[in-house]
Amino acid sequence: MQPNVPGPSPSFGLAGVHKTYQGTVALHPTDLHIQAGEYLVLLGPSGSGKTTLLMMLAGFVQPTSGQILRDGVPITGVPAEKRGFGVVFQGYALFPHLSVADNVAFALRVRGMARADVQARVRQTLELMRLGSFADRFPRQLSGGQQQRVALARALAFNPPLLLLDEPMSALDRKLKEDLQAELKEVHQRVGTTFVHITHDQEEAMALADRIAVMQDGRIVQVGAPRELYRQPASRFVAGFLGKSNFIDGTVARVDGNRVGLRIGQARVVATAQGSRGVGQPVTVAVRPENLVIASADGSAPDDHALCGMVVSQLFLGKYISVHVEVPSLGVLVAHVPVDSVLPGAGGQVTLSWDPAHGVVLDA
Amino acid sequence: MRNPVAVASDNLYLLLLVVPGLLVAVFYALPVLNVLLLSVTYPQPTADNYRLLFNSASVQSILLVTARICVVTTVLTVLCAYVIAYRVVHAPATEARLLLTAVLIAFWISVLIRAFAWVALLQPNGLVNNALMAMGLIREPLALVRNEVGVVIGMVHYMVPYAVLPLLGAMRGIDPALSAASSSLGASRWQTFYKVFLPLSVPGVAGATILVFILALGFYITPAILGGGKVVMIAEYISLQMTETLRWGVAAMLAVVMLVTVGALIALSSRLPNVSVAKAAS
Repeated sequence: MQPNVPGPSPSFGLAGVHKTYQGTVALHPTDLHIQAGEYLVLLGPSGSGKTTLLMMLAGFVQPTSGQILRDGVPITGVPAEKRGFGVVFQGYALFPHLSVADNVAFALRVRGMARADVQARVRQTLELMRLGSFADRFPRQLSGGQQQRVALARALAFNPPLLLLDEPMSALDRKLKEDLQAELKEVHQRVGTTFVHITHDQEEAMALADRIAVMQDGRIVQVGAPRELYRQPASRFVAGFLGKSNFIDGTVARVDGNRVGLRIGQARVVATAQGSRGVGQPVTVAVRPENLVIASADGSAPDDHALCGMVVSQLFLGKYISVHVEVPSLGVLVAHVPVDSVLPGAGGQVTLSWDPAHGVVLDA
Repeated sequence: MRNPVAVASDNLYLLLLVVPGLLVAVFYALPVLNVLLLSVTYPQPTADNYRLLFNSASVQSILLVTARICVVTTVLTVLCAYVIAYRVVHAPATEARLLLTAVLIAFWISVLIRAFAWVALLQPNGLVNNALMAMGLIREPLALVRNEVGVVIGMVHYMVPYAVLPLLGAMRGIDPALSAASSSLGASRWQTFYKVFLPLSVPGVAGATILVFILALGFYITPAILGGGKVVMIAEYISLQMTETLRWGVAAMLAVVMLVTVGALIALSSRLPNVSVAKAAS
């Protein structure tokens, strides 16, 4: 092992990887390609199989079937200590009996690196993580954020080709999270290592990822860039898990390329579909709250291209106003409107509409 | 203004403490002190009894034998207990429960019965020697009893549970994620053990060592039976002085020596970080 030699980064992959525990499926057969140098976030609620997937990549858990690949070559049977991947554990798992410098030096020492090289490499890594002044402290003397940086430094010290992060932010408060996310992104860009990060926090996923793989019930349900997933969720689950969405049920009335005309109660509206849809098919339209347009209903001319409803409440949230509108037979829809909007108060009649590009047609 | 009922009940609690305190003082502390005083007053009020420590070959040999048996017993006991505790911590739940039950069953059997059982097993025509001879491994029976080997075997067997419990406490406090972290950093199983697990279990080892050593110092029945009168440790020697030779001053002097040694060990253990005999025993 020569930790300082940069080589072409390998790519990693899962081919038909499947895991069951005593008959219970933790991960259905899964294929996934991890590009060299990318920041991939596995996003899902607890029980979605993301931890199992990460632990199989790390080598702590053996798949029931399928292969883990490195540059296309199976490494499934290689134990964790031989894979040479960095792991940042949930709760960090720093060695409490070792100083920050000794924690960071651990991987270098077990590889039998010369003492002077270890020192140089440790200093360099601590500098990278802005931990230079903490070298002689012990983990219990550090704050949560500092511990997280030590865990990262320890896992990166030996230049692993792949860094696995297991819910690294779950123990931190919101403000600290944002700072550390920016730092993590910066470190990723500087070291050029492939990062695979698991979390259940969609904001964290969108902030950090080059690509997000959304997981549900032991399956990867959609993979793509955060922007793509946010704008074109493939399912109701993804639309609801990644940000907020209003779900509006209707039936297909007309199909024109990827533009789909829908009938929702009395209204005729237009939305965008990815796949082909048949006339008469029941569907759901997902519309983000910030994309719902509210207008005051004058009462005289009922516009059949918009939904009509009654304002239930308005919440002033600083950046925007969250307006809850009760639409007969559809329930309450939520719209986020600019703070300077002039709207009828609670009980007022309004219409709701959206740009066809912002309405995403999904399976009902 | 304090509630007069509260004041009265405070006084009642004090009274409840005074009675047992007095009982301990009058019927325990004073008599013990009285006996210990014999070491400087009997037969004459001199320090002659303590001079025996420096000029009596038999007293010195008793102390040496006692120290040697205690050290060997402690080392072997803590080693065995470490292996057992390590397995209990790392085994699946069912196996761990089974192992722990097996360790604790030993607690329920009288020390007397265990000592005689070992005599039966270890004597020249006992099970162990017969089995070894039947297998052709030895020609003559091994001397496994009525010597220090027998005493050590019996004492180690008796004390393993006492060492397992504090070790188990320390090992259960070690986060299993640390071992996973260690192997993710490239450490082999052996490196993970001696660089991570072993250093973190040191407080348990220190606690178990001191506890077992203190218990070993006072052993009486096991050495008396398995030593067969040939291996005499300090407790048996004190008893001989009290009941057979009636040299009460010598007995009291040796009791003081034991008391001081145990006190010093407890003081030492309370100065070590994260170690205390009280914690180890709990």
